[in-house]
Amino acid sequence: MIDHRHIGYVSPAFTTQVERGRLKFFAKAIGETDPVYTDPGAARAAGHPDLPVPPTFFFCLEMDRPEPYGWFDDLGIELPKVLHGAQDFRYHRLAYAGDELTFDSRVTDIYDKKGGLLEFVVQDNRISNQRGELVVEFIRTLAIRHG
Amino acid sequence: MAEPAAFDYTTAAVGSAWPALSLPPVTRLTLALYCGASGDHNPLHVDQDFAREAGLGDVIAHGMLVMGYMGRTVTRFVPQTALLAFNTRFQAMTRVGDQITCTGEVIAHETDANGRPCLRLALRATDQKGEVKTQGEALIALPG
Repeated sequence: MIDHRHIGYVSPAFTTQVERGRLKFFAKAIGETDPVYTDPGAARAAGHPDLPVPPTFFFCLEMDRPEPYGWFDDLGIELPKVLHGAQDFRYHRLAYAGDELTFDSRVTDIYDKKGGLLEFVVQDNRISNQRGELVVEFIRTLAIRHG
Repeated sequence: MAEPAAFDYTTAAVGSAWPALSLPPVTRLTLALYCGASGDHNPLHVDQDFAREAGLGDVIAHGMLVMGYMGRTVTRFVPQTALLAFNTRFQAMTRVGDQITCTGEVIAHETDANGRPCLRLALRATDQKGEVKTQGEALIALPG
Protein backbone atom coordinates (compact mmCIF):
# COMPACT_ATOMS: atom_id res chain seq x y z
CA MET A 1 0.00 0.00 0.00
CA ILE A 2 1.15 3.50 -0.77
CA ASP A 3 1.76 5.52 2.36
CA HIS A 4 -0.84 8.26 2.63
CA ARG A 5 1.74 10.58 4.16
CA HIS A 6 2.79 11.21 0.54
CA ILE A 7 -0.35 13.33 0.04
CA GLY A 8 1.19 16.76 -0.47
CA TYR A 9 4.34 15.41 -2.16
CA VAL A 10 5.75 18.14 -4.41
CA SER A 11 7.86 17.29 -7.48
CA PRO A 12 11.00 19.36 -8.11
CA ALA A 13 10.34 22.64 -9.94
CA PHE A 14 10.63 22.10 -13.68
CA THR A 15 10.68 24.39 -16.71
CA THR A 16 10.76 23.32 -20.36
CA GLN A 17 10.62 25.07 -23.71
CA VAL A 18 7.96 24.15 -26.28
CA GLU A 19 9.73 23.17 -29.51
CA ARG A 20 8.17 23.35 -32.99
CA GLY A 21 9.77 20.05 -33.98
CA ARG A 22 8.18 18.23 -31.03
CA LEU A 23 4.78 19.68 -31.87
CA LYS A 24 5.07 18.49 -35.48
CA PHE A 25 6.18 15.02 -34.33
CA PHE A 26 3.28 14.86 -31.88
CA ALA A 27 0.84 15.89 -34.64
CA LYS A 28 2.14 13.00 -36.74
CA ALA A 29 1.79 10.57 -33.81
CA ILE A 30 -1.92 11.37 -33.29
CA GLY A 31 -2.65 11.62 -37.03
CA GLU A 32 -3.37 15.36 -36.86
CA THR A 33 -4.17 16.76 -40.30
CA ASP A 34 -5.05 20.37 -39.39
CA PRO A 35 -2.14 22.52 -40.67
CA VAL A 36 -2.64 24.96 -37.77
CA TYR A 37 -0.75 22.37 -35.68
CA THR A 38 2.09 21.70 -38.13
CA ASP A 39 2.60 24.76 -40.37
CA PRO A 40 3.64 28.03 -38.67
CA GLY A 41 2.25 29.97 -41.67
CA ALA A 42 -1.18 28.33 -41.28
CA ALA A 43 -1.02 28.94 -37.52
CA ARG A 44 -0.32 32.66 -38.08
CA ALA A 45 -3.09 32.87 -40.66
CA ALA A 46 -5.45 31.52 -37.97
CA GLY A 47 -4.36 34.28 -35.58
CA HIS A 48 -1.72 32.41 -33.56
CA PRO A 49 1.83 33.75 -33.03
CA ASP A 50 3.30 30.26 -33.68
CA LEU A 51 2.25 26.58 -33.57
CA PRO A 52 -0.18 26.10 -30.66
CA VAL A 53 0.35 23.37 -28.07
CA PRO A 54 -2.58 20.96 -28.70
CA PRO A 55 -4.94 20.18 -25.80
CA THR A 56 -3.35 16.96 -24.54
CA PHE A 57 0.32 17.77 -25.21
CA PHE A 58 0.73 19.57 -21.85
CA PHE A 59 0.69 16.12 -20.24
CA CYS A 60 3.56 15.10 -22.54
CA LEU A 61 5.66 18.16 -21.71
CA GLU A 62 5.53 17.13 -18.06
CA MET A 63 7.30 13.94 -19.16
CA ASP A 64 10.34 16.03 -20.18
CA ARG A 65 11.45 16.16 -16.54
CA PRO A 66 14.95 14.72 -16.05
CA GLU A 67 13.39 11.78 -14.11
CA PRO A 68 9.71 11.65 -15.19
CA TYR A 69 9.04 8.56 -13.07
CA GLY A 70 11.31 9.63 -10.18
CA TRP A 71 8.31 10.41 -8.01
CA PHE A 72 7.04 6.83 -8.47
CA ASP A 73 10.19 5.65 -6.68
CA ASP A 74 9.73 8.24 -3.92
CA LEU A 75 6.14 7.08 -3.32
CA GLY A 76 6.88 3.35 -3.74
CA ILE A 77 4.82 3.00 -6.94
CA GLU A 78 5.91 0.11 -9.19
CA LEU A 79 5.84 1.17 -12.85
CA PRO A 80 4.59 -2.18 -14.28
CA LYS A 81 1.46 -1.94 -12.08
CA VAL A 82 0.50 1.58 -13.14
CA LEU A 83 -2.39 2.41 -15.46
CA HIS A 84 -3.71 5.84 -16.33
CA GLY A 85 -7.12 6.08 -14.67
CA ALA A 86 -8.33 9.56 -15.59
CA GLN A 87 -7.16 12.89 -16.93
CA ASP A 88 -8.73 16.31 -16.47
CA PHE A 89 -7.55 19.54 -18.15
CA ARG A 90 -8.76 23.09 -17.40
CA TYR A 91 -7.51 25.62 -19.92
CA HIS A 92 -6.83 29.28 -19.21
CA ARG A 93 -4.88 30.40 -22.31
CA LEU A 94 -3.02 28.83 -25.21
CA ALA A 95 0.71 28.12 -25.25
CA TYR A 96 2.87 28.24 -28.36
CA ALA A 97 6.15 26.97 -29.75
CA GLY A 98 8.91 28.99 -28.12
CA ASP A 99 7.10 29.41 -24.80
CA GLU A 100 8.86 28.44 -21.56
CA LEU A 101 6.44 26.50 -19.39
CA THR A 102 6.93 25.89 -15.68
CA PHE A 103 5.26 22.92 -13.98
CA ASP A 104 4.11 22.90 -10.36
CA SER A 105 3.19 19.27 -9.65
CA ARG A 106 1.93 17.84 -6.37
CA VAL A 107 0.12 14.76 -5.08
CA THR A 108 -3.29 15.74 -3.72
CA ASP A 109 -4.95 12.41 -2.92
CA ILE A 110 -4.24 8.73 -2.41
CA TYR A 111 -7.09 6.23 -1.95
CA ASP A 112 -8.00 2.64 -2.73
CA LYS A 113 -10.96 0.61 -3.98
CA LYS A 114 -11.95 -3.05 -4.10
CA GLY A 115 -10.41 -3.74 -0.69
CA GLY A 116 -7.00 -2.43 -1.76
CA LEU A 117 -6.83 -4.31 -5.08
CA LEU A 118 -6.75 -0.94 -6.82
CA GLU A 119 -4.98 2.10 -5.47
CA PHE A 120 -5.34 5.61 -6.89
CA VAL A 121 -2.87 8.47 -6.79
CA VAL A 122 -4.06 11.93 -7.82
CA GLN A 123 -1.52 14.53 -8.96
CA ASP A 124 -2.40 18.18 -9.64
CA ASN A 125 -0.32 20.16 -12.11
CA ARG A 126 -0.36 23.92 -12.68
CA ILE A 127 1.47 25.14 -15.76
CA SER A 128 2.43 28.79 -16.25
CA ASN A 129 4.26 30.52 -19.05
CA GLN A 130 7.36 32.77 -19.08
CA ARG A 131 5.16 35.77 -18.21
CA GLY A 132 3.88 34.03 -15.09
CA GLU A 133 0.41 33.59 -16.60
CA LEU A 134 -1.53 30.44 -15.74
CA VAL A 135 -1.89 28.39 -18.96
CA VAL A 136 -3.53 25.15 -17.87
CA GLU A 137 -4.24 23.05 -14.82
CA PHE A 138 -4.43 19.31 -15.15
CA ILE A 139 -5.23 16.48 -12.80
CA ARG A 140 -3.72 13.09 -13.49
CA THR A 141 -5.22 10.05 -11.74
CA LEU A 142 -3.10 6.91 -11.72
CA ALA A 143 -4.53 3.47 -10.97
CA ILE A 144 -2.14 0.94 -9.44
CA ARG A 145 -3.10 -2.72 -9.90
CA HIS A 146 -2.51 -5.20 -7.06
CA GLY A 147 -4.00 -8.44 -8.27
CA MET B 1 -17.52 6.54 -42.82
CA ALA B 2 -17.95 9.84 -44.65
CA GLU B 3 -16.23 12.68 -42.84
CA PRO B 4 -18.18 15.94 -42.93
CA ALA B 5 -16.22 18.89 -44.30
CA ALA B 6 -17.74 21.35 -41.89
CA PHE B 7 -19.85 21.30 -38.76
CA ASP B 8 -21.19 24.39 -37.02
CA TYR B 9 -20.97 23.62 -33.30
CA THR B 10 -22.34 27.08 -32.43
CA THR B 11 -25.82 26.08 -33.62
CA ALA B 12 -25.75 22.44 -32.44
CA ALA B 13 -28.79 21.66 -30.28
CA VAL B 14 -28.69 19.64 -27.08
CA GLY B 15 -29.01 15.99 -28.05
CA SER B 16 -27.40 16.41 -31.45
CA ALA B 17 -24.61 14.11 -32.51
CA TRP B 18 -21.06 15.36 -33.02
CA PRO B 19 -19.38 14.19 -36.24
CA ALA B 20 -17.48 10.95 -35.57
CA LEU B 21 -13.74 10.58 -36.15
CA SER B 22 -12.65 7.13 -37.34
CA LEU B 23 -9.02 6.17 -36.83
CA PRO B 24 -6.92 3.54 -38.56
CA PRO B 25 -6.13 0.38 -36.52
CA VAL B 26 -3.49 0.85 -33.82
CA THR B 27 -0.20 -0.72 -34.90
CA ARG B 28 3.12 -1.19 -33.09
CA LEU B 29 4.40 1.70 -35.22
CA THR B 30 1.55 3.89 -33.89
CA LEU B 31 2.73 3.12 -30.35
CA ALA B 32 6.43 3.64 -31.18
CA LEU B 33 5.69 7.03 -32.75
CA TYR B 34 3.52 8.07 -29.82
CA CYS B 35 6.20 6.91 -27.35
CA GLY B 36 8.82 9.10 -29.02
CA ALA B 37 6.63 12.10 -29.78
CA SER B 38 4.90 12.22 -26.40
CA GLY B 39 8.07 11.66 -24.37
CA ASP B 40 6.20 8.98 -22.39
CA HIS B 41 8.78 6.20 -22.56
CA ASN B 42 6.95 3.80 -20.24
CA PRO B 43 8.00 0.38 -21.64
CA LEU B 44 4.48 -0.97 -21.07
CA HIS B 45 3.54 0.62 -24.40
CA VAL B 46 6.37 -0.55 -26.64
CA ASP B 47 8.31 -3.40 -25.00
CA GLN B 48 6.44 -6.68 -25.39
CA ASP B 49 8.69 -8.49 -22.89
CA PHE B 50 8.03 -5.86 -20.24
CA ALA B 51 4.28 -5.94 -20.90
CA ARG B 52 4.21 -9.75 -20.63
CA GLU B 53 6.16 -9.61 -17.34
CA ALA B 54 3.65 -7.03 -16.09
CA GLY B 55 0.87 -9.56 -16.72
CA LEU B 56 -0.78 -7.74 -19.63
CA GLY B 57 0.10 -10.27 -22.33
CA ASP B 58 1.15 -7.64 -24.85
CA VAL B 59 1.78 -3.93 -25.07
CA ILE B 60 -1.17 -1.57 -24.55
CA ALA B 61 -1.73 1.84 -26.10
CA HIS B 62 -1.11 4.98 -24.09
CA GLY B 63 -4.42 6.23 -22.73
CA MET B 64 -3.25 9.67 -23.80
CA LEU B 65 -3.06 8.52 -27.44
CA VAL B 66 -6.81 7.85 -27.33
CA MET B 67 -7.37 11.16 -25.54
CA GLY B 68 -5.31 12.79 -28.32
CA TYR B 69 -7.74 11.30 -30.85
CA MET B 70 -10.66 12.66 -28.80
CA GLY B 71 -9.00 16.07 -28.76
CA ARG B 72 -8.80 16.01 -32.56
CA THR B 73 -12.51 15.16 -32.66
CA VAL B 74 -13.12 18.49 -30.92
CA THR B 75 -10.49 20.79 -32.47
CA ARG B 76 -11.26 19.90 -36.08
CA PHE B 77 -14.45 21.94 -35.64
CA VAL B 78 -13.68 24.18 -32.66
CA PRO B 79 -10.86 26.74 -32.43
CA GLN B 80 -8.72 25.66 -29.52
CA THR B 81 -9.16 29.04 -27.83
CA ALA B 82 -12.80 28.02 -27.22
CA LEU B 83 -11.87 24.76 -25.45
CA LEU B 84 -12.21 25.50 -21.73
CA ALA B 85 -12.00 22.04 -20.18
CA PHE B 86 -11.47 18.47 -21.33
CA ASN B 87 -11.52 15.31 -19.23
CA THR B 88 -11.51 11.56 -19.74
CA ARG B 89 -11.80 8.37 -17.77
CA PHE B 90 -9.83 5.46 -19.20
CA GLN B 91 -12.08 2.42 -18.93
CA ALA B 92 -10.55 -0.34 -21.02
CA MET B 93 -7.13 -1.02 -22.48
CA THR B 94 -6.53 -0.31 -26.16
CA ARG B 95 -4.46 -2.98 -27.86
CA VAL B 96 -2.62 -3.51 -31.14
CA GLY B 97 -5.20 -4.00 -33.91
CA ASP B 98 -7.94 -2.05 -32.17
CA GLN B 99 -9.71 0.41 -34.43
CA ILE B 100 -10.91 3.45 -32.51
CA THR B 101 -13.89 5.60 -33.43
CA CYS B 102 -14.55 8.77 -31.46
CA THR B 103 -18.15 9.92 -31.19
CA GLY B 104 -19.82 12.73 -29.31
CA GLU B 105 -23.12 14.23 -28.31
CA VAL B 106 -24.02 17.74 -27.18
CA ILE B 107 -25.44 17.16 -23.70
CA ALA B 108 -25.99 20.68 -22.32
CA HIS B 109 -25.91 24.39 -22.88
CA GLU B 110 -24.68 26.14 -19.74
CA THR B 111 -22.64 29.08 -18.51
CA ASP B 112 -19.17 28.75 -17.06
CA ALA B 113 -17.88 30.37 -13.84
CA ASN B 114 -17.26 33.61 -15.78
CA GLY B 115 -20.82 33.70 -17.15
CA ARG B 116 -19.77 32.70 -20.67
CA PRO B 117 -22.26 30.62 -22.66
CA CYS B 118 -20.89 27.13 -23.21
CA LEU B 119 -21.70 23.83 -24.78
CA ARG B 120 -20.97 20.57 -22.95
CA LEU B 121 -19.96 17.72 -25.21
CA ALA B 122 -19.89 14.07 -24.11
CA LEU B 123 -17.18 12.10 -25.91
CA ARG B 124 -16.62 8.39 -26.24
CA ALA B 125 -13.92 6.28 -27.88
CA THR B 126 -15.00 2.76 -28.84
CA ASP B 127 -13.27 -0.05 -30.69
CA GLN B 128 -14.42 -2.18 -33.63
CA LYS B 129 -16.34 -4.49 -31.23
CA GLY B 130 -18.15 -1.59 -29.61
CA GLU B 131 -16.14 -1.77 -26.38
CA VAL B 132 -15.91 1.66 -24.75
CA LYS B 133 -12.23 2.48 -24.14
CA THR B 134 -12.52 6.02 -22.92
CA GLN B 135 -15.32 8.41 -22.00
CA GLY B 136 -15.07 12.07 -21.29
CA GLU B 137 -16.42 15.57 -21.67
CA ALA B 138 -15.34 18.82 -23.23
CA LEU B 139 -16.58 22.26 -22.24
CA ILE B 140 -16.60 24.61 -25.24
CA ALA B 141 -17.20 28.37 -25.15
CA LEU B 142 -19.87 29.67 -27.53
CA PRO B 143 -19.53 33.02 -29.25
CA GLY B 144 -21.55 35.88 -27.78
